[in-house]
Amino acid sequence: MFRIGVDVGGTNTDAVIMQGRSVVATVKAATTRDVTSGVQQALSAVLASSGIAAEAIGAVVIGTTHFTNAIVERRHLTPTAAVRLCLPAGAALPPMVDWPADLLAVLGEHVYLAKGGNEFDGRAISPLDPDEIAAIGRDIRAKGLKAIAISAIFSPVDDRMEAEAAAILAREVPEARIVRSSGIGRVGLLQRENAAILNASLIALAEVTVDAFADALRACGLTCRFYVSQNDGTLMDTETVRRNPVLTIASGPTNSMRGAAFLSGHADAVVVDVGGTTTDVGLLQNGFPREASSLVSVGGVRTNFRMPDMLSFGLGGGSIVTSGAGGVTVGPQSVGYEIARKALIFGGDTLTASDIAVALGLADFGDRSKVAGLDPALLREAKALMDAGVEQAVERSRVSATPIPVIAVGGGSILLADRIGGLEVIRPPNFAVANAVGAAIAQASGEMDRVFALTGGLTREAALAQAEAVARDRAVAAGAVAETIVVVEREDVPLAYLPGNATRVRVKVVGEMAV
Amino acid sequence: MRILDEAAIEAIAIGAAILGTGGGGNPYIGRLRCQQELKRGRQVRVVTLDELPDDARVVAVGGIGAPVVGIEKIRQGEECLRAMQALEQLTGAKMDAVIAFEMGGSNSMAPMVTAAQAGIPVVDADGMGRAFPELDMTTFSIYGHVSAPAAFADDKGNVTVVQAAASEKWVERIGRATAIAMGGSAGSAIAPMSGAFLKRAAVPGTLTQAQLLGEAVLHANRLHQNPVDMICAREGGRRLFEGKIVDLQRRLEGGFARGELTLEGFGQNTGERGEIVIQNEFLLFRRNGVVEAVVPDLILVLDHDTGHAITTEVLRYGQRCAVVGLPCHPLLRTPEALQVIGPAAFGIADVAYRPLSSSQPG
Repeated sequence: MFRIGVDVGGTNTDAVIMQGRSVVATVKAATTRDVTSGVQQALSAVLASSGIAAEAIGAVVIGTTHFTNAIVERRHLTPTAAVRLCLPAGAALPPMVDWPADLLAVLGEHVYLAKGGNEFDGRAISPLDPDEIAAIGRDIRAKGLKAIAISAIFSPVDDRMEAEAAAILAREVPEARIVRSSGIGRVGLLQRENAAILNASLIALAEVTVDAFADALRACGLTCRFYVSQNDGTLMDTETVRRNPVLTIASGPTNSMRGAAFLSGHADAVVVDVGGTTTDVGLLQNGFPREASSLVSVGGVRTNFRMPDMLSFGLGGGSIVTSGAGGVTVGPQSVGYEIARKALIFGGDTLTASDIAVALGLADFGDRSKVAGLDPALLREAKALMDAGVEQAVERSRVSATPIPVIAVGGGSILLADRIGGLEVIRPPNFAVANAVGAAIAQASGEMDRVFALTGGLTREAALAQAEAVARDRAVAAGAVAETIVVVEREDVPLAYLPGNATRVRVKVVGEMAV
Repeated sequence: MRILDEAAIEAIAIGAAILGTGGGGNPYIGRLRCQQELKRGRQVRVVTLDELPDDARVVAVGGIGAPVVGIEKIRQGEECLRAMQALEQLTGAKMDAVIAFEMGGSNSMAPMVTAAQAGIPVVDADGMGRAFPELDMTTFSIYGHVSAPAAFADDKGNVTVVQAAASEKWVERIGRATAIAMGGSAGSAIAPMSGAFLKRAAVPGTLTQAQLLGEAVLHANRLHQNPVDMICAREGGRRLFEGKIVDLQRRLEGGFARGELTLEGFGQNTGERGEIVIQNEFLLFRRNGVVEAVVPDLILVLDHDTGHAITTEVLRYGQRCAVVGLPCHPLLRTPEALQVIGPAAFGIADVAYRPLSSSQPG
């Protein structure tokens, strides 16, 4: 069976066909405004170039920035009601308290606080009042809202109140899409709630987009299942994407890192992805991108999504190089997609990083004669600047002194030296389409993050085992083959000041998708 | 007297989290709560110790509980206010001003919120000049204040008053147990102190110190200058180490997060090893096995690049840190203070306190 990976980027939509562990065909097509026709073009082109019949394709995985862009551009979002079960606690900071005004204007400020929620040990803060929730539901319906996000204090510890409230609201507002925070994030109410609200506002778009992707596949004769890749390098089936589109955010950099791991055969490495404008540097551990521990802002909203811990800086193939009294500079300004017109080697008048690479003989494209007369001192200085920037980023990404390789991917990675900071640089085959490869090889994951009270005979080990069992169940529910599941993260954090050995346990597992 | 604006509050949150030496709660939530009070049209007014009349009645307030509860169970908002009002009822007199127990992420902000709600000022001072894990580890208690009657209030309307206590430690013990019963967090207020007492016993000027420190860090971030150097220069601090976290052990003992952090040096410390002992806050720093700083002096763990504080609950493997030592206030270095907040008080029996020398005398 063959598998297709698609990466929908800002400039290009890449597609690859893979058979087992080998890349059979690759193609780059232009990204289109409607996204879907670009996907369709890439799919039909890669099928045509490989000569493989559509019936032989077992699965398609799509990585897309569509939902990230919707949030960032405040487009296609559904006005959403935010219902928090918390009273009498929680009133100090209502939902969406720190959101940007322009995003609030699009979603409307439909905020409801109700009785409910739990203490850290599972006790109720106050009982849920079904009449109160029903009245909120009637108000939401009267406003004509079609999306609802429900959060409850400590719902990662006990999600029953969120579930009960969701059932009541579903009866009162049958046409609404309802999102529960417990299904979408970890401890940290404001960030989990933010994720739930963003998610609810994206669901209508997700339904349209998933249908459009399905149409694109069908138009190419592809009848297999398809998946969308998630921010942490694992994938979701289309039902999950319809329910949790917000989890696709930041899947692009993740896919390139995972693809780099696959193409190079290294599971522990620093990945340097050089595009046209920026370079993304991240660390691979066990074949997965290292997650960011700090809060990640999406379109001005603080969230606690699983996202790769990436360092981005302004160096790419199109970076503009200047020299003057202050010395030589490279980037962060870039000619971007206009490189084919503006760079010296393409007959333009702007000195770019690509011109430097060609003049130094590191790469051979465009018209080399156009850069023959450049001052060797300038070339040396510009190259030294680029190397220093990359070296610094690589050094910052490392977490131990153990020498690990640097994997260079992305179209602009020709700029990179053969050694960075004393580390070997590996340029795997098909490095330019590493992100589409990453999409093709995405895995399924499951995660558990909960506070346990280690009392009454419950040991730390038993709590970790319980958490792992839940994570495994969730991975299987997400499509993983049980026998292939491995634990990739496991941590326990004792909670200060609380007796009863209250401990926060987080376990994440991944496994191969059943194809 | 001065009035704080949003920018001042942001700077205080950053600076106080740095002075919090790893503890003191989540700075972002504290900052949002203050800013909410401003949005409601309330004012955060700050008075200096000098401006405080000797007979002013000043109440110390703050949150008591676990930081992780603080980021999940957002408060009702008036817990500290109700604790304060319970004391007003009991003593039959209004409070004139509010003061912080400690500088730290959210506990430097809690008194500002209460002050805004009550329409009274907050004093530019606190009881630690940093953060410590327990309620009795303040210069107030050390220099003779009797905290009982003390009040503890939750989100639901429950208020507990500790009418009398056998010692300051008992106020902490009973308060801690009460906070746990109330859901892992509560607002607390202790018996009022006089302006005259605070002029003698409080660590002065710490809100302003936090604000200037926060502003310096933000300024350095904007100009891409080295924020850690900026912090050292401002506070007379010493760069103790720069390194990556290569090991982090945390365990629960007696209701505290204890542990040890191991750093592998880079830059000037390449080839060296740093170790930090943790009990909610950072207590002791060793370089290559030799103690270089110990509580009550301040041991800061900062993000190497941004200079922002890394609080103990968000430490993780691989973080690149700068460790900075700051001399504590002289009020924390007296023999009676060291009995309560010296190394031995934290079970570090084999290390005698040797004051950290400032890099910039005076």
